[in-house]
Amino acid sequence: MEFAELIKTPRADNAVLHRPFYAAVEGTLCLTGHHLIFSSRRSDDGEELWLLHSNIDSIEKRFVGSLGTIIIKCKDLRIIQLDIPGMEECLNIASSIEVLSTLDSVTLMYPFFYRPMFEILEDGWSAFLPDRDFELLNSVTDEWRLSSINKEFSVCPSYPPVVIVPKSIDDEALRKVAMFRHGGRFPVLSYYHKKNGMVMMRSSQPLTGTNGRRCKEDEKLINATLRPGKRGYIIDTRSLNVAQQARAKGGGFEQEVYYPQWRRIHKCIERFNILQESLIKLVEACNDQSHNMDRWLSKLEASNWLTHIKEILTAACLAAQCIDREGASVLVHGTEGTDSTLQVTSLAQIILDPGCRTIRGFEALVVREWLQAGHPFQQRCAQSAYSNSKQKWEAPVFLLFLDCVWQILRQFPCSFEFSEQFLIMLFEHAYASQFGTFLGNNENERSKLKLPQKTMSLWSWVNQPEELEKFMNPLFEANSLVIWPSVAPQSLQLWEGVFLRWNRPSKYLDEAQEEVFSIIKYNRLLQAKVNSLRKQLAELETDDRMQENV
Amino acid sequence: MEHIRMPKVENVRLLDRLSSRKAALGTLYLTATHVIFVENVSETRKETWVLHSQISSIEKQATTATGCPLLIRCKNFQVIQLVIPQERDCHDVYISLIRLARPVKYEELYCFSFNPKLDKEERERGWKLVDLSEEYNRMGIPNDCWQMSDVNRDYGVCDSYPTEVYVPKSATAHIIVGSSKFRSRRRFPALSYYYKDNNASICRSSQPLSGFSARCLEDEQMLQAIRKANPGSDFIYVVDTRPKLNAMANRAAGKGYENEDNYSNIKFQFIGIENIHVMRNSLQKMLEVCEMKSPSMSDFLWGLENSGWLKHIKAIMDAGIFIAKAVAEEGVSVLVHCSDGWDRTAQVCSVASLLLDPYYRTVKGFMVLIEKDWVSFGHKFNHRYGNLDGDPKEISPVIDQFIECVWQLMEQFPCAFEFNERFLIHIQHHIYSCQFGNFLCNSQKERRELKIRERTYSLWAHLWKNRADYLNPLYRSEHSQTRGTLHPQMAPCNFLYKFWSGMYNRFEKGLHPRQSVTDYLMAVKEETQQLEEELEVLGERLANLQKLQSNDNKVKSKQQDRSKELGLSASNNSLANTPQEYSSELKSFPSRSPSQGDEEDSALILTQDNLKSSDPDLSANSDQESGVEDLSCRSPSGGGCLPSEDSGKDSDEAVCLA
Repeated sequence: MEFAELIKTPRADNAVLHRPFYAAVEGTLCLTGHHLIFSSRRSDDGEELWLLHSNIDSIEKRFVGSLGTIIIKCKDLRIIQLDIPGMEECLNIASSIEVLSTLDSVTLMYPFFYRPMFEILEDGWSAFLPDRDFELLNSVTDEWRLSSINKEFSVCPSYPPVVIVPKSIDDEALRKVAMFRHGGRFPVLSYYHKKNGMVMMRSSQPLTGTNGRRCKEDEKLINATLRPGKRGYIIDTRSLNVAQQARAKGGGFEQEVYYPQWRRIHKCIERFNILQESLIKLVEACNDQSHNMDRWLSKLEASNWLTHIKEILTAACLAAQCIDREGASVLVHGTEGTDSTLQVTSLAQIILDPGCRTIRGFEALVVREWLQAGHPFQQRCAQSAYSNSKQKWEAPVFLLFLDCVWQILRQFPCSFEFSEQFLIMLFEHAYASQFGTFLGNNENERSKLKLPQKTMSLWSWVNQPEELEKFMNPLFEANSLVIWPSVAPQSLQLWEGVFLRWNRPSKYLDEAQEEVFSIIKYNRLLQAKVNSLRKQLAELETDDRMQENV
Repeated sequence: MEHIRMPKVENVRLLDRLSSRKAALGTLYLTATHVIFVENVSETRKETWVLHSQISSIEKQATTATGCPLLIRCKNFQVIQLVIPQERDCHDVYISLIRLARPVKYEELYCFSFNPKLDKEERERGWKLVDLSEEYNRMGIPNDCWQMSDVNRDYGVCDSYPTEVYVPKSATAHIIVGSSKFRSRRRFPALSYYYKDNNASICRSSQPLSGFSARCLEDEQMLQAIRKANPGSDFIYVVDTRPKLNAMANRAAGKGYENEDNYSNIKFQFIGIENIHVMRNSLQKMLEVCEMKSPSMSDFLWGLENSGWLKHIKAIMDAGIFIAKAVAEEGVSVLVHCSDGWDRTAQVCSVASLLLDPYYRTVKGFMVLIEKDWVSFGHKFNHRYGNLDGDPKEISPVIDQFIECVWQLMEQFPCAFEFNERFLIHIQHHIYSCQFGNFLCNSQKERRELKIRERTYSLWAHLWKNRADYLNPLYRSEHSQTRGTLHPQMAPCNFLYKFWSGMYNRFEKGLHPRQSVTDYLMAVKEETQQLEEELEVLGERLANLQKLQSNDNKVKSKQQDRSKELGLSASNNSLANTPQEYSSELKSFPSRSPSQGDEEDSALILTQDNLKSSDPDLSANSDQESGVEDLSCRSPSGGGCLPSEDSGKDSDEAVCLA
């Protein structure tokens, strides 16, 4: 398909761009296959706006006489308005944007066309491989093995080709367990707590059904993660009620009679459209320009967004507490094990493992616990807060995870190597990107699409030193401790950096951030100077003495 | 002393508000000035000190098997829950505290016994630190249009005004006195702030006694004089900070508001800030939300909304912003009043001043501002903050709201203030503590009669001495945010107003960020300064050495070991922290050590040391928590171990969190 066919009016002069808190800009609007480009007519500021079509969540058009207005609402929550003279031009442009922003073929997406303008120092596609994780694990314990049972994605279509499982469980048993778990997602290792050797596993729900089916291999597998005489916790991310109802559909939960060494705890993390609706309501509240304080608070409350944050964080803290404080191993699952399960396992690791609070470690966590673990990004992030599509599979699961990380970062501002900007960047790229990293729903799809060969990895770009610098937290000081966030309502805040980003003036806050940077920078500069002077002095003084000794 | 029925009670338990199973066993002491709880744990003997004057309410709850619970709520938002084994002891403590918390004479207050060991001269210097005539000079007063009037030198015209009042030059004593007779409590229009750049001013007064039709020539002349003192503008704004309905109701009582027809060239404006009773109830409701045991997000947000607190804060801010705009942008003078002109008027004038003048955003300037708009103009500290036993209906968090407005501005303009949040919290604490004489009584007249300056110490001197603790690391005097007028967002940015947990949940340390960016940056800046000094020394030595060598002059220089350790003091990695109660389910497990009082974490604590230094919460930066590694000595909150062998055999009985 030629994009040119979809673009009847590739260019409109004398268009006007309106954004909140900026003066209107007059300029030229251009459409390409993947971008909407607006360049200011005034040559002195040379301002250009590049918007990926895939970032556009919804578009509205209005006419006053022959002056058309397009309102573009983006997945990153920004809203812009374009005035375009000429009814026909405006209609053409609007319909082109509509088509180009909703292409349904993945291979037509920008990552397949994007050619990087930078030199690739390290290919992000091979920067985080499971083999390397296993090597690290193997250096501290020999109780685990790397299984290639899923090489062809035949045992579990949403798992990566290799997974880490208890050494004592062979592939034959794994195959049986996979039959007993929803979507074939048998329990695999998610995290090994070096301090006490406790582990966190994740899976999907067991398929017990109404008649209480059991699977000896499944019991054996998860018991294999326990130390002799020790007990473990199963954290089911669904309420008991929901879990019980799942039995009618063939799902279910581990029954205590068959898993006597495990204690089950039910948490209630919402899924799918409940989350999507929460996001829609929250963004609506943030964009509400009414003058009433009460209305803001009640709308914030009614969105339930912070309630979801609190529930997810609480479940993650509980998992971490079981591992670190109770000295017990943990198995986490919900229904499919691709959403709330991953929120809990990845957040628990941020709490427990200082490594996950570095940039590199966090990237590895996202790759391991989200991409390889089969979180269906393509489905979940297809639309954002402004879309009317209401598809069941759309849900801001990953955004909630990032928000939870931000909440912890806010409570421990010196314990993370990365800044809020890093999290915002990941949010943007999960929804629309020139990179192939977040395309596809699992490793299986990614390999069929040949993403590593045909697209660029986000990590190849981010991990360049000059890019990384933008995402560094100047306050970072390595903190080797477990960090326990507070989940009290007073401690949880709206993530302004994402939700109010486009509707509040940020000048003063940006200035404050610059101030922080310059304080730290100046300090480091002086340190370097002092060190070099000391060195110089020491050298001169030894020279001195040597000459004296001659 | 005669009020203390029970100076000491043993085996008292101090409960942790966040976790009912964490309780400390210790001894309770009642002294003439403090309630003191000393923990039994021998190595720490942690102490909790509460000033009697901080106590806002004491509640004796129903006796249980473990003893008699006593709930003490403090004006600085600390809540202390004690369990006293014997009902009789509890009753005695209760009766004693009821009396001790409500002194009837000023002489009973702590400031009359508090002695920081300063000599007389130091004390006097302390009182002179903030000098209002100096402040009016700084504003540019007196000048051609404004002068100091001594009409109130013996408090003869208005007993709640200061002796030195600044008025337009053209306002004769006759006009002032005449105007004062037409104003509630004779609080005539006087200068609060003068904006040098364009001669516009903020004046303040009480409501006119206009009723439905009364007029007063002198009062009209007074407003005329204010307008004339600003030649650049042909009208003045008269801002009534009350809701219109309230002001209209006042007319029936012979009071009311200015009729635009009677005064030439005024523009009259209502700004609906609610009265002290509404504010008192609003705070009460918000504190109930803060006190909830484990509120859901909805409980909290709904409760916050329902309290209306942030709506009131925003109303005060909006009024201040309106006035600042009128003065700075339109160049129009403003007369502000409410009913008596000592509550809402003080709030609004000081917010506007703070927005207009960067000086008030410095440590020293902020003290001056409070002294000017609150202390000198007769804000009734004694009545509003209940220092002496009085009418509970007079109590209202008026200055608390102003302090919160400042915090909200600090959140929006992080580089604009020389001081930090701690400064505000400590000022709030001392408004209630009565440890210093500054905020005693209801007026300057009363303070003079009580000889406050001779008998007590000034808070300002104390804060000034410790100002290093109160600095904002992001403040630079040459930064654009620290210059000129601040322009906060007006509506519709409601989301800019946030709940201030640093104040209202101040003693629940577990709720706050565990690492302080402010403290970290201050430490970095301190280190930077040391580095600068060292750099200079090293540079000099290097230059000398090079000179000597080039002269082929070999002098052995002494090798000084200057390799100073440059570790950052604020990089507080021992910031230990412990899990909260993340799951009520874990409670159903047998607790590993149910009686063991956990020492770590959150709560309070005023230790004796920082009380002596009078800083209410220096413990804020030194969390008492033990390391996270320390597993053995406590059961994690919410903790307990796995079910015992037999209980594990139970059928399918997983518990579920509602």
